[in-house]
Amino acid sequence: MHEVVVVGGKPAERHLCESCAREIGLVAGAPAPVAEILQKIASGQAPGAGPAAPADTACPVCGTTFTEFKQSGRLGCPECYKAMESQLAPILDRAHQGAVHHIGKVPRRLMREAGEEGRSTEREVALAAAEARAEQIRRLRDDLERAIKTEAYERAAELRDRLRQLHRGAGATGGAP
Amino acid sequence: MSEPDHAKDAGGLGPDGLPAGLFGAGTEWLRADGPEGDVVLSSRVRLARNLAGQRFVHKASESDLRLVLDVCRGAIERAGLGERAVWVDLHETGGMGRSLLLERHLISSHLAKGKLGPKRSSEDWPRAVAVGLPGERAGVMVNEEDHLRLQVIRSGLDLADAWRQAGEIDDLVEAEVDYAFSPRLGYLTACPTNVGTGIRFSVMLHLPALRMAGDIDKVKHAAADMSLAVRGFYGEGSEASGDFYQISNQTTLGKSEQQLLEELGERILPEVIDYERQSRRVLLEKRRWQIEDAAYRAFGVLRHARLLGTEESMKLLSVVRLGIAMGLIDQGSTGDVHALMLAVQPAHLQRAAGREMTQDERRVERARLVRTRLAGG
Ligand SMILES: [Zn+2]
Ligand SMILES: [Zn+2]
Repeated sequence: MHEVVVVGGKPAERHLCESCAREIGLVAGAPAPVAEILQKIASGQAPGAGPAAPADTACPVCGTTFTEFKQSGRLGCPECYKAMESQLAPILDRAHQGAVHHIGKVPRRLMREAGEEGRSTEREVALAAAEARAEQIRRLRDDLERAIKTEAYERAAELRDRLRQLHRGAGATGGAP
Repeated sequence: MSEPDHAKDAGGLGPDGLPAGLFGAGTEWLRADGPEGDVVLSSRVRLARNLAGQRFVHKASESDLRLVLDVCRGAIERAGLGERAVWVDLHETGGMGRSLLLERHLISSHLAKGKLGPKRSSEDWPRAVAVGLPGERAGVMVNEEDHLRLQVIRSGLDLADAWRQAGEIDDLVEAEVDYAFSPRLGYLTACPTNVGTGIRFSVMLHLPALRMAGDIDKVKHAAADMSLAVRGFYGEGSEASGDFYQISNQTTLGKSEQQLLEELGERILPEVIDYERQSRRVLLEKRRWQIEDAAYRAFGVLRHARLLGTEESMKLLSVVRLGIAMGLIDQGSTGDVHALMLAVQPAHLQRAAGREMTQDERRVERARLVRTRLAGG
Protein backbone atom coordinates (compact mmCIF):
# COMPACT_ATOMS: atom_id res chain seq x y z
CA MET A 1 0.00 0.00 0.00
CA HIS A 2 1.37 3.34 -1.02
CA GLU A 3 1.28 6.41 1.09
CA VAL A 4 2.87 9.12 -0.97
CA VAL A 5 3.75 11.48 1.77
CA VAL A 6 4.39 14.69 -0.01
CA VAL A 7 3.44 15.51 -3.51
CA GLY A 8 4.00 19.23 -3.96
CA GLY A 9 1.11 20.62 -1.98
CA LYS A 10 -0.03 24.16 -2.53
CA PRO A 11 1.41 26.51 0.06
CA ALA A 12 -1.92 28.32 0.09
CA GLU A 13 -3.51 27.20 3.36
CA ARG A 14 -0.44 26.79 5.52
CA HIS A 15 -0.59 24.93 8.76
CA LEU A 16 2.04 25.13 11.42
CA CYS A 17 3.80 22.01 10.30
CA GLU A 18 2.35 20.82 7.08
CA SER A 19 4.16 17.55 6.70
CA CYS A 20 3.45 16.44 10.22
CA ALA A 21 -0.12 17.56 9.89
CA ARG A 22 -0.52 15.69 6.66
CA GLU A 23 1.18 12.68 8.09
CA ILE A 24 -1.31 12.35 10.84
CA GLY A 25 -4.20 13.30 8.66
CA LEU A 26 -5.02 16.85 9.48
CA VAL A 27 -4.83 18.60 6.14
CA ALA A 28 -7.94 18.33 4.04
CA GLY A 29 -7.47 16.37 0.86
CA ALA A 30 -4.32 14.64 2.04
CA PRO A 31 -3.95 11.01 3.05
CA ALA A 32 -5.34 10.73 6.52
CA PRO A 33 -3.38 8.14 8.49
CA VAL A 34 -4.63 9.34 11.87
CA ALA A 35 -8.25 9.28 10.89
CA GLU A 36 -7.45 5.98 9.22
CA ILE A 37 -5.71 4.64 12.30
CA LEU A 38 -8.56 5.66 14.56
CA GLN A 39 -11.02 4.06 12.19
CA LYS A 40 -9.04 0.85 12.08
CA ILE A 41 -8.82 0.77 15.83
CA ALA A 42 -12.60 1.07 16.01
CA SER A 43 -13.02 -1.84 13.60
CA GLY A 44 -10.26 -3.84 15.29
CA GLN A 45 -7.76 -4.09 12.42
CA ALA A 46 -4.80 -2.12 13.62
CA PRO A 47 -2.13 -2.92 16.15
CA GLY A 48 -3.21 -1.71 19.54
CA ALA A 49 -6.77 -2.39 18.55
CA GLY A 50 -9.03 -2.15 21.52
CA PRO A 51 -12.17 -0.46 22.64
CA ALA A 52 -13.06 2.86 21.07
CA ALA A 53 -11.01 5.88 22.12
CA PRO A 54 -11.37 6.49 25.86
CA ALA A 55 -12.88 9.64 27.26
CA ASP A 56 -10.93 12.78 26.50
CA THR A 57 -8.15 13.00 29.05
CA ALA A 58 -6.43 16.32 29.64
CA CYS A 59 -2.73 16.64 30.40
CA PRO A 60 -2.47 17.57 34.10
CA VAL A 61 0.37 19.99 33.36
CA CYS A 62 -0.72 21.96 30.30
CA GLY A 63 -4.37 20.98 29.92
CA THR A 64 -4.08 19.79 26.32
CA THR A 65 -6.68 17.16 25.45
CA PHE A 66 -6.42 14.38 22.91
CA THR A 67 -9.16 16.05 20.87
CA GLU A 68 -7.09 19.23 20.77
CA PHE A 69 -4.08 17.21 19.72
CA LYS A 70 -6.05 15.64 16.87
CA GLN A 71 -6.93 19.13 15.67
CA SER A 72 -3.53 20.77 15.97
CA GLY A 73 -1.24 17.77 15.54
CA ARG A 74 0.89 19.06 18.39
CA LEU A 75 1.19 18.12 22.02
CA GLY A 76 1.31 20.84 24.65
CA CYS A 77 4.25 19.79 26.81
CA PRO A 78 6.56 16.85 27.53
CA GLU A 79 4.11 15.49 30.12
CA CYS A 80 1.45 15.04 27.43
CA TYR A 81 3.29 11.91 26.32
CA LYS A 82 2.49 10.31 29.69
CA ALA A 83 -1.02 11.71 29.98
CA MET A 84 -2.06 10.47 26.52
CA GLU A 85 0.12 7.40 26.40
CA SER A 86 -2.56 4.94 25.35
CA GLN A 87 -4.13 7.20 22.72
CA LEU A 88 -0.75 8.08 21.24
CA ALA A 89 0.47 4.49 21.06
CA PRO A 90 -1.18 3.61 17.72
CA ILE A 91 -0.09 6.92 16.23
CA LEU A 92 3.52 6.38 17.25
CA ASP A 93 3.28 2.83 15.99
CA ARG A 94 2.12 4.01 12.62
CA ALA A 95 4.51 6.96 12.32
CA HIS A 96 7.56 4.97 13.33
CA GLN A 97 6.96 1.62 11.71
CA GLY A 98 6.06 -0.19 14.89
CA ALA A 99 8.98 1.06 16.98
CA VAL A 100 8.14 1.64 20.64
CA HIS A 101 11.52 2.37 22.18
CA HIS A 102 14.15 5.03 21.60
CA ILE A 103 17.46 3.82 20.26
CA GLY A 104 20.28 6.29 19.82
CA LYS A 105 21.72 9.35 21.45
CA VAL A 106 21.11 10.04 25.13
CA PRO A 107 21.80 13.46 26.67
CA ARG A 108 25.46 13.56 27.71
CA ARG A 109 24.69 14.79 31.21
CA LEU A 110 22.46 11.82 31.83
CA MET A 111 25.29 9.56 30.76
CA ARG A 112 27.82 11.42 32.88
CA GLU A 113 25.64 11.39 35.93
CA ALA A 114 25.03 7.72 35.39
CA GLY A 115 28.78 7.07 35.36
CA GLU A 116 30.93 5.72 32.58
CA GLU A 117 29.35 2.28 32.62
CA GLY A 118 25.90 3.80 32.60
CA ARG A 119 24.69 1.27 35.15
CA SER A 120 20.94 1.16 35.18
CA THR A 121 20.48 2.05 38.85
CA GLU A 122 22.69 5.12 38.45
CA ARG A 123 20.81 6.12 35.37
CA GLU A 124 17.59 5.87 37.34
CA VAL A 125 19.03 8.23 39.91
CA ALA A 126 20.16 10.68 37.23
CA LEU A 127 16.74 10.55 35.62
CA ALA A 128 15.04 11.14 38.93
CA ALA A 129 17.26 14.19 39.50
CA ALA A 130 16.45 15.54 36.03
CA GLU A 131 12.76 14.91 36.65
CA ALA A 132 12.96 16.79 39.96
CA ARG A 133 14.51 19.78 38.17
CA ALA A 134 11.78 19.69 35.52
CA GLU A 135 9.11 19.55 38.23
CA GLN A 136 10.66 22.58 39.93
CA ILE A 137 10.64 24.45 36.61
CA ARG A 138 6.98 23.59 36.07
CA ARG A 139 6.04 24.86 39.52
CA LEU A 140 7.98 28.10 39.17
CA ARG A 141 6.55 28.60 35.71
CA ASP A 142 2.98 28.35 37.02
CA ASP A 143 3.84 30.76 39.85
CA LEU A 144 5.25 33.15 37.28
CA GLU A 145 2.11 33.02 35.14
CA ARG A 146 0.02 33.78 38.23
CA ALA A 147 2.30 36.66 39.20
CA ILE A 148 1.97 38.13 35.71
CA LYS A 149 -1.83 37.77 35.78
CA THR A 150 -2.11 39.54 39.11
CA GLU A 151 0.37 42.18 37.97
CA ALA A 152 2.79 41.32 40.76
CA TYR A 153 5.72 42.43 38.66
CA GLU A 154 8.40 42.38 41.32
CA ARG A 155 7.51 38.83 42.19
CA ALA A 156 7.44 37.98 38.47
CA ALA A 157 10.93 39.37 37.90
CA GLU A 158 12.23 37.39 40.84
CA LEU A 159 10.61 34.17 39.58
CA ARG A 160 11.97 34.77 36.11
CA ASP A 161 15.49 35.06 37.50
CA ARG A 162 15.11 31.85 39.43
CA LEU A 163 13.76 30.06 36.37
CA ARG A 164 16.68 31.28 34.29
CA GLN A 165 19.11 30.09 36.91
CA LEU A 166 17.36 26.76 37.15
CA HIS A 167 17.63 26.23 33.39
CA ARG A 168 21.19 27.45 33.13
CA GLY A 169 22.43 26.04 36.39
CA ALA A 170 21.27 22.60 35.41
CA GLY A 171 24.63 21.84 33.84
CA ALA A 172 26.61 22.85 36.88
CA THR A 173 25.07 20.20 39.10
CA GLY A 174 26.32 17.48 36.78
CA GLY A 175 29.92 18.59 37.20
CA ALA A 176 31.51 20.32 34.23
CA PRO A 177 33.96 18.18 32.26
CA MET B 1 35.19 30.58 19.95
CA SER B 2 34.17 34.18 19.73
CA GLU B 3 31.09 35.74 21.21
CA PRO B 4 28.40 36.11 18.59
CA ASP B 5 27.47 39.56 17.49
CA HIS B 6 24.10 40.77 18.42
CA ALA B 7 22.17 42.02 15.45
CA LYS B 8 22.37 45.48 16.91
CA ASP B 9 26.12 45.60 17.27
CA ALA B 10 27.22 43.61 14.25
CA GLY B 11 28.41 46.59 12.34
CA GLY B 12 24.86 47.85 12.00
CA LEU B 13 21.83 46.50 10.29
CA GLY B 14 21.17 46.45 6.58
CA PRO B 15 18.02 48.01 5.16
CA ASP B 16 16.36 44.59 5.48
CA GLY B 17 16.89 44.61 9.25
CA LEU B 18 19.51 41.87 9.12
CA PRO B 19 23.09 42.10 10.35
CA ALA B 20 25.17 43.59 7.56
CA GLY B 21 27.79 40.82 7.72
CA LEU B 22 25.30 38.01 7.15
CA PHE B 23 25.53 37.82 3.40
CA GLY B 24 29.24 38.37 3.05
CA ALA B 25 30.74 34.95 2.56
CA GLY B 26 28.09 33.09 0.63
CA THR B 27 26.12 30.12 1.77
CA GLU B 28 27.22 26.50 2.00
CA TRP B 29 24.56 24.98 -0.23
CA LEU B 30 25.54 27.25 -3.11
CA ARG B 31 29.03 25.80 -3.26
CA ALA B 32 29.11 23.21 -5.99
CA ASP B 33 32.17 21.25 -4.96
CA GLY B 34 30.78 18.64 -2.57
CA PRO B 35 30.77 14.86 -3.11
CA GLU B 36 28.40 13.64 -5.86
CA GLY B 37 27.86 17.28 -6.83
CA ASP B 38 26.51 16.41 -10.28
CA VAL B 39 23.31 15.16 -8.60
CA VAL B 40 23.46 16.26 -4.95
CA LEU B 41 23.29 19.93 -4.02
CA SER B 42 23.47 19.63 -0.27
CA SER B 43 23.10 17.46 2.80
CA ARG B 44 21.38 18.67 5.92
CA VAL B 45 20.90 17.39 9.46
CA ARG B 46 18.27 18.80 11.75
CA LEU B 47 17.83 18.00 15.45
CA ALA B 48 14.61 18.85 17.30
CA ARG B 49 15.07 19.58 21.01
CA ASN B 50 12.90 21.00 23.80
CA LEU B 51 13.67 22.27 27.26
CA ALA B 52 12.62 20.11 30.19
CA GLY B 53 9.73 21.43 32.25
CA GLN B 54 8.66 24.01 29.66
CA ARG B 55 5.56 23.90 27.52
CA PHE B 56 6.03 23.32 23.82
CA VAL B 57 6.03 26.46 21.69
CA HIS B 58 2.44 26.49 20.47
CA LYS B 59 1.09 26.02 24.01
CA ALA B 60 3.54 28.41 25.65
CA SER B 61 2.75 31.88 26.94
CA GLU B 62 4.56 34.97 25.72
CA SER B 63 6.52 34.93 28.96
CA ASP B 64 7.49 31.25 28.47
CA LEU B 65 8.74 31.98 24.98
CA ARG B 66 10.83 34.93 26.12
CA LEU B 67 12.39 32.82 28.81
CA VAL B 68 13.21 30.02 26.36
CA LEU B 69 14.76 32.54 23.99
CA ASP B 70 16.80 34.03 26.76
CA VAL B 71 18.06 30.74 28.17
CA CYS B 72 18.80 29.20 24.78
CA ARG B 73 20.60 32.27 23.50
CA GLY B 74 23.30 31.99 26.12
CA ALA B 75 23.76 28.27 25.50
CA ILE B 76 23.86 28.69 21.72
CA GLU B 77 26.29 31.60 21.92
CA ARG B 78 28.70 29.48 23.90
CA ALA B 79 28.22 26.43 21.65
CA GLY B 80 29.97 28.18 18.75
CA LEU B 81 28.27 27.72 15.39
CA GLY B 82 31.26 28.85 13.37
CA GLU B 83 34.11 31.31 13.52
CA ARG B 84 31.45 33.72 14.58
CA ALA B 85 27.69 33.71 14.76
CA VAL B 86 24.94 36.21 14.27
CA TRP B 87 21.75 36.21 16.25
CA VAL B 88 18.58 37.54 14.62
CA ASP B 89 15.47 38.24 16.70
CA LEU B 90 12.84 37.43 14.10
CA HIS B 91 10.00 39.14 15.98
CA GLU B 92 11.94 42.37 15.51
CA THR B 93 12.84 41.72 11.88
CA GLY B 94 10.65 42.91 9.04
CA GLY B 95 9.02 40.71 6.43
CA MET B 96 11.76 41.33 3.88
CA GLY B 97 14.51 40.24 6.25
CA ARG B 98 12.60 37.09 7.13
CA SER B 99 12.04 36.29 3.45
CA LEU B 100 15.77 36.62 2.80
CA LEU B 101 16.53 34.13 5.57
CA LEU B 102 13.86 31.79 4.24
CA GLU B 103 15.22 31.93 0.69
CA ARG B 104 18.66 31.06 2.05
CA HIS B 105 17.17 28.01 3.82
CA LEU B 106 18.22 29.45 7.18
CA ILE B 107 14.71 29.47 8.62
CA SER B 108 11.53 27.54 7.87
CA SER B 109 8.47 29.15 6.38
CA HIS B 110 6.75 28.50 9.69
CA LEU B 111 9.34 30.62 11.47
CA ALA B 112 9.28 33.26 8.74
CA LYS B 113 5.56 33.86 8.59
CA GLY B 114 3.70 30.99 10.16
CA LYS B 115 0.94 31.07 12.68
CA LEU B 116 1.32 29.63 16.12
CA GLY B 117 -2.06 28.01 16.20
CA PRO B 118 -5.74 28.73 15.85
CA LYS B 119 -5.71 31.17 18.77
CA ARG B 120 -2.44 32.86 17.93
CA SER B 121 -2.11 34.67 14.66
CA SER B 122 0.57 37.09 15.74
CA GLU B 123 3.63 37.27 13.55
CA ASP B 124 5.53 38.52 16.53
CA TRP B 125 5.87 35.66 18.94
CA PRO B 126 9.38 35.72 20.43
CA ARG B 127 11.61 33.65 18.17
CA ALA B 128 15.06 33.82 16.69
CA VAL B 129 17.68 32.23 14.53
CA ALA B 130 21.41 31.98 15.14
CA VAL B 131 23.59 31.53 12.08
CA GLY B 132 27.23 30.43 12.00
CA LEU B 133 29.57 32.40 9.77
CA PRO B 134 31.28 32.23 7.42
CA GLY B 135 29.38 29.91 5.14
CA GLU B 136 26.12 29.60 7.08
CA ARG B 137 27.03 25.96 7.72
CA ALA B 138 25.28 25.69 11.08
CA GLY B 139 22.27 27.38 12.55
CA VAL B 140 19.72 27.11 15.33
CA MET B 141 16.09 28.15 15.10
CA VAL B 142 14.63 29.01 18.50
CA ASN B 143 10.89 28.71 19.19
CA GLU B 144 10.03 27.06 15.92
CA GLU B 145 7.70 24.06 16.33
CA ASP B 146 10.19 22.91 18.97
CA HIS B 147 12.22 25.13 21.28
CA LEU B 148 15.38 24.30 19.36
CA ARG B 149 15.92 23.18 15.82
CA LEU B 150 19.65 22.71 15.23
CA GLN B 151 20.66 22.56 11.60
CA VAL B 152 23.94 21.77 9.90
CA ILE B 153 24.42 21.80 6.15
CA ARG B 154 27.15 20.57 3.83
CA SER B 155 27.68 20.92 0.12
CA GLY B 156 27.10 17.68 -1.82
CA LEU B 157 26.50 14.30 -0.19
CA ASP B 158 28.10 14.47 3.24
CA LEU B 159 25.56 13.55 5.89
CA ALA B 160 28.22 12.09 8.16
CA ASP B 161 30.10 15.36 8.59
CA ALA B 162 26.86 17.28 9.02
CA TRP B 163 25.80 14.85 11.76
CA ARG B 164 29.20 15.10 13.42
CA GLN B 165 28.95 18.89 13.82
CA ALA B 166 25.24 18.79 14.75
CA GLY B 167 26.08 16.28 17.49
CA GLU B 168 28.85 18.53 18.82
CA ILE B 169 26.63 21.61 18.95
CA ASP B 170 23.92 19.53 20.59
CA ASP B 171 26.34 18.35 23.30
CA LEU B 172 27.49 21.88 24.04
CA VAL B 173 23.94 23.22 24.32
CA GLU B 174 22.91 20.26 26.43
CA ALA B 175 25.80 20.92 28.79
CA GLU B 176 23.89 24.06 29.83
CA VAL B 177 20.22 23.18 29.67
CA ASP B 178 18.13 20.10 30.47
CA TYR B 179 16.39 18.70 27.43
CA ALA B 180 12.97 17.07 27.64
CA PHE B 181 13.98 13.42 27.38
CA SER B 182 12.42 10.11 28.26
CA PRO B 183 14.41 6.86 28.34
CA ARG B 184 11.62 5.09 26.50
CA LEU B 185 10.65 7.73 23.91
CA GLY B 186 13.91 9.66 23.61
CA TYR B 187 13.91 13.40 22.92
CA LEU B 188 10.35 14.63 23.38
CA THR B 189 9.02 16.82 20.58
CA ALA B 190 5.86 18.82 20.01
CA CYS B 191 4.89 16.55 17.15
CA PRO B 192 4.97 12.82 17.92
CA THR B 193 6.29 12.11 14.43
CA ASN B 194 9.67 13.60 15.50
CA VAL B 195 9.98 11.91 18.88
CA GLY B 196 12.98 9.66 19.58
CA THR B 197 16.19 10.91 18.00
CA GLY B 198 14.45 14.07 16.79
CA ILE B 199 16.73 13.83 13.80
CA ARG B 200 16.04 14.51 10.18
CA PHE B 201 18.65 13.76 7.57
CA SER B 202 17.77 15.35 4.27
CA VAL B 203 19.48 15.65 0.96
CA MET B 204 18.70 18.05 -1.87
CA LEU B 205 18.86 16.25 -5.19
CA HIS B 206 18.69 17.42 -8.77
CA LEU B 207 16.77 14.78 -10.72
CA PRO B 208 15.94 16.26 -14.14
CA ALA B 209 16.75 13.16 -16.19
CA LEU B 210 14.50 10.96 -14.04
CA ARG B 211 11.71 13.47 -14.47
CA MET B 212 12.20 13.61 -18.25
CA ALA B 213 12.20 9.81 -18.41
CA GLY B 214 8.93 9.78 -16.44
CA ASP B 215 10.51 7.91 -13.55
CA ILE B 216 10.08 10.45 -10.75
CA ASP B 217 6.93 8.76 -9.48
CA LYS B 218 8.85 5.51 -9.15
CA VAL B 219 11.32 7.28 -6.90
CA LYS B 220 8.51 8.85 -4.89
CA HIS B 221 6.74 5.54 -4.41
CA ALA B 222 9.93 3.72 -3.51
CA ALA B 223 10.73 6.49 -1.03
CA ALA B 224 7.26 6.25 0.51
CA ASP B 225 7.65 2.48 0.83
CA MET B 226 10.85 3.04 2.75
CA SER B 227 9.14 5.63 4.92
CA LEU B 228 11.08 8.52 3.42
CA ALA B 229 9.59 11.87 2.53
CA VAL B 230 10.08 13.66 -0.77
CA ARG B 231 9.72 17.42 -0.60
CA GLY B 232 10.23 20.40 -2.86
CA PHE B 233 12.98 23.00 -2.98
CA TYR B 234 11.58 25.06 -0.14
CA GLY B 235 10.65 22.17 2.09
CA GLU B 236 7.36 21.13 3.53
CA GLY B 237 4.48 21.73 1.20
CA SER B 238 6.55 23.38 -1.51
CA GLU B 239 6.58 22.40 -5.16
CA ALA B 240 9.47 20.47 -6.63
CA SER B 241 10.77 23.64 -8.17
CA GLY B 242 13.00 22.98 -11.18
CA ASP B 243 13.45 19.24 -10.54
CA PHE B 244 15.03 19.79 -7.12
CA TYR B 245 13.84 17.30 -4.54
CA GLN B 246 14.64 16.82 -0.87
CA ILE B 247 14.60 13.25 0.37
CA SER B 248 14.57 12.68 4.10
CA ASN B 249 13.83 10.13 6.80
CA GLN B 250 10.46 10.17 8.53
CA THR B 251 11.04 7.57 11.18
CA THR B 252 12.72 8.95 14.29
CA LEU B 253 11.86 6.31 16.89
CA GLY B 254 13.53 2.93 17.16
CA LYS B 255 16.47 3.62 14.86
CA SER B 256 19.71 5.21 15.96
CA GLU B 257 21.15 8.23 14.21
CA GLN B 258 23.94 6.04 12.84
CA GLN B 259 21.47 3.49 11.51
CA LEU B 260 19.44 6.17 9.74
CA LEU B 261 22.61 7.76 8.41
CA GLU B 262 23.78 4.47 6.92
CA GLU B 263 20.38 3.60 5.53
CA LEU B 264 19.95 6.90 3.77
CA GLY B 265 23.51 7.92 3.01
CA GLU B 266 25.05 4.61 2.14
CA ARG B 267 22.22 2.52 0.78
CA ILE B 268 19.27 4.52 -0.50
CA LEU B 269 20.83 7.72 -1.83
CA PRO B 270 23.64 6.05 -3.80
CA GLU B 271 20.92 4.10 -5.60
CA VAL B 272 18.88 7.19 -6.40
CA ILE B 273 22.02 9.02 -7.57
CA ASP B 274 22.97 6.07 -9.73
CA TYR B 275 19.47 5.91 -11.16
CA GLU B 276 19.64 9.59 -12.16
CA ARG B 277 23.08 9.11 -13.73
CA GLN B 278 21.87 6.12 -15.71
CA SER B 279 18.96 8.19 -17.01
CA ARG B 280 21.40 10.91 -18.04
CA ARG B 281 23.51 8.35 -19.92
CA VAL B 282 20.43 7.04 -21.69
CA LEU B 283 19.47 10.59 -22.65
CA LEU B 284 22.95 11.15 -24.02
CA GLU B 285 22.89 7.94 -26.07
CA LYS B 286 19.33 8.03 -27.35
CA ARG B 287 18.29 11.67 -27.34
CA ARG B 288 21.57 13.51 -27.59
CA TRP B 289 20.32 16.27 -29.94
CA GLN B 290 17.05 16.79 -28.12
CA ILE B 291 18.77 17.19 -24.78
CA GLU B 292 21.52 19.41 -26.10
CA ASP B 293 18.89 21.51 -27.85
CA ALA B 294 16.82 21.77 -24.67
CA ALA B 295 19.86 22.86 -22.66
CA TYR B 296 20.87 25.56 -25.14
CA ARG B 297 17.30 26.76 -25.58
CA ALA B 298 17.01 27.18 -21.83
CA PHE B 299 20.33 29.00 -21.81
CA GLY B 300 19.17 31.18 -24.70
CA VAL B 301 15.93 32.16 -22.98
CA LEU B 302 17.78 33.03 -19.77
CA ARG B 303 20.36 34.95 -21.77
CA HIS B 304 17.86 37.02 -23.76
CA ALA B 305 14.45 37.09 -22.09
CA ARG B 306 13.05 40.46 -21.02
CA LEU B 307 10.56 39.07 -18.50
CA LEU B 308 11.19 36.16 -16.14
CA GLY B 309 9.12 34.67 -13.31
CA THR B 310 10.71 32.87 -10.36
CA GLU B 311 9.29 29.48 -11.20
CA GLU B 312 10.15 29.81 -14.89
CA SER B 313 13.70 30.82 -14.00
CA MET B 314 14.11 27.80 -11.73
CA LYS B 315 12.88 25.45 -14.46
CA LEU B 316 15.27 26.93 -17.03
CA LEU B 317 18.20 26.97 -14.59
CA SER B 318 17.48 23.33 -13.83
CA VAL B 319 17.84 22.39 -17.51
CA VAL B 320 21.00 24.49 -17.83
CA ARG B 321 22.42 22.80 -14.75
CA LEU B 322 21.76 19.43 -16.36
CA GLY B 323 23.46 20.61 -19.58
CA ILE B 324 26.54 21.71 -17.64
CA ALA B 325 26.67 18.54 -15.54
CA MET B 326 26.42 16.41 -18.69
CA GLY B 327 29.16 18.40 -20.40
CA LEU B 328 26.82 19.65 -23.12
CA ILE B 329 27.11 23.33 -22.27
CA ASP B 330 30.61 24.71 -22.02
CA GLN B 331 29.68 28.08 -20.53
CA GLY B 332 29.29 28.67 -16.83
CA SER B 333 29.52 26.24 -13.92
CA THR B 334 27.03 24.55 -11.64
CA GLY B 335 28.19 27.06 -9.01
CA ASP B 336 27.06 29.94 -11.26
CA VAL B 337 23.69 28.23 -11.68
CA HIS B 338 23.32 27.82 -7.91
CA ALA B 339 24.11 31.49 -7.36
CA LEU B 340 21.38 32.41 -9.84
CA MET B 341 18.89 30.04 -8.20
CA LEU B 342 19.19 32.19 -5.10
CA ALA B 343 19.49 35.53 -6.89
CA VAL B 344 16.18 35.07 -8.75
CA GLN B 345 14.18 34.56 -5.53
CA PRO B 346 11.93 37.57 -4.84
CA ALA B 347 13.55 38.90 -1.66
CA HIS B 348 17.11 38.46 -2.93
CA LEU B 349 16.18 40.14 -6.18
CA GLN B 350 14.76 43.13 -4.35
CA ARG B 351 17.72 43.26 -2.01
CA ALA B 352 20.13 43.36 -4.97
CA ALA B 353 18.06 46.09 -6.61
CA GLY B 354 17.94 48.01 -3.35
CA ARG B 355 14.21 48.61 -3.44
CA GLU B 356 10.86 46.91 -3.10
CA MET B 357 9.17 46.00 -6.35
CA THR B 358 5.80 44.78 -7.56
CA GLN B 359 5.60 41.36 -9.14
CA ASP B 360 5.64 42.86 -12.65
CA GLU B 361 8.66 45.01 -11.85
CA ARG B 362 10.40 41.96 -10.45
CA ARG B 363 9.93 40.03 -13.68
CA VAL B 364 11.68 42.79 -15.61
CA GLU B 365 14.45 43.10 -13.02
CA ARG B 366 14.91 39.32 -12.78
CA ALA B 367 15.40 39.04 -16.55
CA ARG B 368 17.84 41.94 -16.48
CA LEU B 369 19.86 40.42 -13.64
CA VAL B 370 20.05 36.95 -15.20
CA ARG B 371 20.95 38.41 -18.59
CA THR B 372 23.75 40.51 -17.15
CA ARG B 373 25.20 37.65 -15.11
CA LEU B 374 25.13 35.21 -18.01
CA ALA B 375 26.79 37.75 -20.28
CA GLY B 376 29.73 37.39 -17.94
CA GLY B 377 29.06 40.78 -16.40
ZN1 LIG C 1 5.96 18.69 12.93
ZN1 LIG D 1 0.92 18.61 28.46
